[in-house]
Amino acid sequence: MIEGILIGLETAFSFKNLMMVMIGCFAGTIIGMLPGLGPMTAIALMIPITYGFEPSTGLILMAGVYYGAVFGGSTSSILINAPGIPGTVATSFDGYPMAQQGKAGKALAIAAYSSFAGGTIAAIFLLIAAPSLSKVSLAFRSPDYFGLMILGLTAVSAFSAKGHFLKAMMMVVLGLMLASVGQDTLSDIPRFTFQNMNLSDGISFVLVVMATFAMSEALTIIFKANDPTRVAKQISLSQLGSIKLDKTETKKMVTTIPRSSVLGFIIGVLPGAGSTIASFLAYGMERNFVNDEEKQKFGKGSVNGLAAPETANNAACSGSFVPLLTLGIPGSGTTAVMLGALLGFGIQPGPRLYQTNPEIFWSVIMSMYIGMVILLILNLPLIPYIARVLATPRTFLIPLILFFSVTGIYLMSFNNFDIYMMIGIAVVATVLRLYDFPMPPLILAFVLGGLMEENLRRSLLISDGSWSFLWDRPLTMVIMSVIFLIVGWQIYKGFFSKLGK
Amino acid sequence: MNISPSKIISLLFFIFSGFYLYTAHQIQVFAFDENAAFNAKTFPIYLGYAGLLFSALFIILPETKPSIVDLKVLDYKKTIALVFLMILYGLTILRAGYFLSTSIFLVFSYIVLGERKWLWIFFLSFPFVAIFMYLLHGLLNIYLRDPFLQYIGIMG
Repeated sequence: MIEGILIGLETAFSFKNLMMVMIGCFAGTIIGMLPGLGPMTAIALMIPITYGFEPSTGLILMAGVYYGAVFGGSTSSILINAPGIPGTVATSFDGYPMAQQGKAGKALAIAAYSSFAGGTIAAIFLLIAAPSLSKVSLAFRSPDYFGLMILGLTAVSAFSAKGHFLKAMMMVVLGLMLASVGQDTLSDIPRFTFQNMNLSDGISFVLVVMATFAMSEALTIIFKANDPTRVAKQISLSQLGSIKLDKTETKKMVTTIPRSSVLGFIIGVLPGAGSTIASFLAYGMERNFVNDEEKQKFGKGSVNGLAAPETANNAACSGSFVPLLTLGIPGSGTTAVMLGALLGFGIQPGPRLYQTNPEIFWSVIMSMYIGMVILLILNLPLIPYIARVLATPRTFLIPLILFFSVTGIYLMSFNNFDIYMMIGIAVVATVLRLYDFPMPPLILAFVLGGLMEENLRRSLLISDGSWSFLWDRPLTMVIMSVIFLIVGWQIYKGFFSKLGK
Repeated sequence: MNISPSKIISLLFFIFSGFYLYTAHQIQVFAFDENAAFNAKTFPIYLGYAGLLFSALFIILPETKPSIVDLKVLDYKKTIALVFLMILYGLTILRAGYFLSTSIFLVFSYIVLGERKWLWIFFLSFPFVAIFMYLLHGLLNIYLRDPFLQYIGIMG
């Protein structure tokens, strides 16, 4: 391993590769900040450029872009409540309320420190445990994945909408329903397309996330413009606040970061799980770890609530490289794009990558450390400038948010049907938000819909149509038990405790 | 009898789930797949039932935390005007091109929201969109369809 680390250091510290990490991180941060342009788009844009480089250099550039885009995505989540990628949706739960309270600078600093710490800790895990961790992900089978996804959805419904569990569950079902539109992945049979060609490819993630977050947020601000409480919130938006953290806040982060890093890394290792589930689970887990007083602050600008998902999503990014590099299975959509690029270089990732191309494996891991340092140096001093976006008057900010949202979807399809659909979903989402129907469960369900169906399909086919796969394996049974505990607790808390009173 | 708006939304979702379930049953699967343990309509059917279950539970059970919204303070005029502008934007973006339709959309949106600083309105529309387009099209090499700029010879 020492020999491998030395090879990796030698490759990563070459001038060319150092430059690539810097360019990648910078470009990724800028692209990731734009709502609608996430790491997948950023990496896809880089692929043609990387083909002129050596494979290790190309992969280092893409890894830098990946980290930069995740880092940049959290910035737009915090400042304008428009998560460009699902992995930063949970960041907006507490990051955006914090920005509304005039602590935008602080929220961005917490996100920067948490991302740095999460990414670095996970990179150390990756370095030490990569070979053995591949066995962990091999132990998970379709029923476990199916259970894990239900767990993620239930946890989000339980924790993101306090007192509105059933509303959140309805949003989960709505998200899954939206994800089911389009051709069936296995048989290509059209579903819910109503013979409209524009729906045959399904509804794009960017469209749904832009409509339910950015666009509906913009419409809600205008809709509630005369609401006295809302006006107060808008005034505070122009107060940027300091980026310095006090002792109490630092103390909170010190306890949150290690546990969220471990969770994020483990979830990232699981193929298909990725940074989205990691950030939501870390958010839910953190809420259970803190005391009652801190629990009340969740969703209203909690330091723990912001640090946990930010740490976990960056840790999951490092974790997602494990299945990619050791098994050749992408851990997320973004690493799937990277897998395509690797195959383009003529490299087959998998267990033999250590032996055949050690410089690629180790230099990518080494460049992760360098990338984290560059991101911290780059983002922290820029925070006061980035946060100035908030000082823009509402009369300018709202049309600009709408413009970015429409541009994001127009760039993807050059189709005005998608724009109309986005407006329709945004109007419905605005009404739903008005009556406390939460949007995050809908988004997560939409992202996981395809994967859930795929894993349910495999599980049911293997068990010949029997649902016994839910309790046949101890691991699945444990996951299902946790789900029942969460649902049971929510029902007890919501209804029986009220009846008792 | 007063029915809360949340319950009305849940009732609408119940009806929607019923329609979804009906449509799921109408999905045409291959003949050899009809009796398979899992086919293209299995998952949607479960989703339809789940939608019916959760919305029915919400309608039947007492609301634990009712959402109170003062409908009188909502600004319907500006919100509807913005939605209408977005629809117009969607209508014109393919015909007039990205530059012209986006700039005009931004100008009218600023005005609808009450902005009257004309210099800023101009700067944050036409020049802003031009710079943004240059970043996307010129630097990042992202294709932007614009028949208007192509017609006047600015874009290739």
